[in-house]
Amino acid sequence: MNDTSRNGTSTNGTGTNGTGTKIDELMTRVRPQAMSGPGPARGRRPLLIVAVIVLAASLPRLRIEIPFLFDGGFNSPGVLHLLSLMFVMATVAITYDLLFGYTGLLSFGHGLYVALGMYTTAIVLAETELGLAGVLAWTVVAGVVLPLVLSAICLRVGGIAFAMATLAFAQAGAIFVVRDPMDVTGGELGLALAYDHLPDSLVGVVNAPNRYWMALGLLVVTAAALRWALASRPGKVWQAIRDNENRVAVLGLRPYTYKLMACVLASFFATLAGMAYALISGGAHAEVTDATFTLGLLVMVVLGGTGRPYGALIGGLVYTYLDHRLGELSTGLGGPLSEPMFVLGTIFVVLVLFLPGGLASLTVPARLTRKKGAA
Amino acid sequence: MSTFVLLTITGLGLAALYFLVASGLSLIFGLMDVLNFAHGAFLTLGGYAAWVVVDATGSFTLGVLVSMAFCALLAAVMEITLLRRLYGSHVPQVLLTVGILLAVTALVRSAFGSDARKLTTPHWMNQVTEVFGAPVPNNRFLIIAVALGVYAGMSAFLARTRYGLVIRAGVENRAMVTALGIDVRRSFTLVFAFGGALAALAGAFTGAINNVVSPGQGTELLIFAFIVVIIGGLGSFRGCALAAVLVGLLQQYANFYGLVGAGDLIVVLLLAGVLLVRPQGLLGRATA
Repeated sequence: MNDTSRNGTSTNGTGTNGTGTKIDELMTRVRPQAMSGPGPARGRRPLLIVAVIVLAASLPRLRIEIPFLFDGGFNSPGVLHLLSLMFVMATVAITYDLLFGYTGLLSFGHGLYVALGMYTTAIVLAETELGLAGVLAWTVVAGVVLPLVLSAICLRVGGIAFAMATLAFAQAGAIFVVRDPMDVTGGELGLALAYDHLPDSLVGVVNAPNRYWMALGLLVVTAAALRWALASRPGKVWQAIRDNENRVAVLGLRPYTYKLMACVLASFFATLAGMAYALISGGAHAEVTDATFTLGLLVMVVLGGTGRPYGALIGGLVYTYLDHRLGELSTGLGGPLSEPMFVLGTIFVVLVLFLPGGLASLTVPARLTRKKGAA
Repeated sequence: MSTFVLLTITGLGLAALYFLVASGLSLIFGLMDVLNFAHGAFLTLGGYAAWVVVDATGSFTLGVLVSMAFCALLAAVMEITLLRRLYGSHVPQVLLTVGILLAVTALVRSAFGSDARKLTTPHWMNQVTEVFGAPVPNNRFLIIAVALGVYAGMSAFLARTRYGLVIRAGVENRAMVTALGIDVRRSFTLVFAFGGALAALAGAFTGAINNVVSPGQGTELLIFAFIVVIIGGLGSFRGCALAAVLVGLLQQYANFYGLVGAGDLIVVLLLAGVLLVRPQGLLGRATA
């Protein structure tokens, strides 16, 4: 209430010089390595990233086949559908990593916002004549308002209690969707898209490449936005909060405000991903509201490596691939091995015990890893 | 009137179930700072272990006892082999238990199928007794009695025995207990095994009340148990009992008198209210 002086200008990242120096000072004090360390090599990276994006974007036009891994060429609708889902889940995973890996907030309710995007899309299409523009507008509004309100409540508690509070709200969302008191969500069966309100270019098997490009575009935009946010001044405060929240508070910044920013930003992009998910999978599914879905996000992020560039991205891609293909790949093995969640859960336990840095830590040369991790 | 009595008694039955699940969670959290998602795995496993024994022998009592022993053993093994490696780092511990929950639920699903299995209980448990004109199934009385017994037993154990003393002191200030030369870790294993047995008991009774056991029952019940634990105050045994009664009754009344699903939503609103007004929970200690 009485702290307008220390909080007034710092929230939008373009604060006055006073706030700026304060944050710089904060960063050098809390995380010296963030200011002076070599960081990931910068020179060849942009070129490589552009090359990967161009390659990914041209996949639907290539007739390459990778036998066993994908059943069909990259231009076949089935493979494009799988790849689109992988991109959407990778998008959700990197937003979750912003919370968990970079800000240190363990949320068990992130799936709620994916569900919010999905159901907003399906409901707007079913109940109104607004079409795609209406879907986009409503998703943006919902994706800002609900995260703001819920995060403001949940962030009143920290640590494990925050995790449980988010879990409880996600559960409320799940109950609302499954019990369907207002008769809009279709209950357990979910809600199929009203295709006649959508542009033709997004509908049907023939247009699988368009949906693929949409998913790819969303992933690229989200990744770029989050990288930019993390490099900005608030982004540095988020990482400082993860490393030492008390110290941030002692230096006169309000952790609450910054945590709220991180929550809203991450949830907003998760809501957009939910919209893309609905458009790709042809409707809203009640499973997304399930606690298991959010736990799956956690598995993705830890699988790839928390708080590392590309960690969550890789984790999201690998997890979704395994989740969809494991059943087919392991036919003949039978038993528990054909249950994707058994395999993923076991891999997860092994990773937590023996490779806490996740898959991304395998590729980063040892000299670049943080001292704490190497010890 | 008779509806109200029925709702109250079934609400108390639900509260008893929540208490059995939440008390284990709360003790484990209070002593070890572990948010134990694997508790959900023991709920499911407990239900299925009881089902296997009841299916083979026909005795529900034996089923419950075997499933409690089985889960207590499994929980102790899990604590010793897996969790012990990670003491001191809370988030990896939570992640570990999440992995166990996912893997065990999938394992149960692949072993017994996704469909629910019918759990046969003694005939008298499904009969009804009239209380003020309300027909109440006997299994509700049984679970309330069991929960009261567990409450009394746990209270006596915590208050009167040496191990109970160590556990209470450990919840209060673990570093100090260790500094006094007492090996708190031994009581970690004990509390974990206790929690596993209570979860199995709750899992078996969930099966008895629903008449079926299903692979998803653990995850479902776990979330409400978490809510009970936060409302009661993390680590507080009595707070847990109080919150269980509050949540169970409120849920039953609202589900009957309100809209579809109102009971479940109201519980979440109650949680939000508690977090806003009293973040440490009803009987929890304020954290420094």
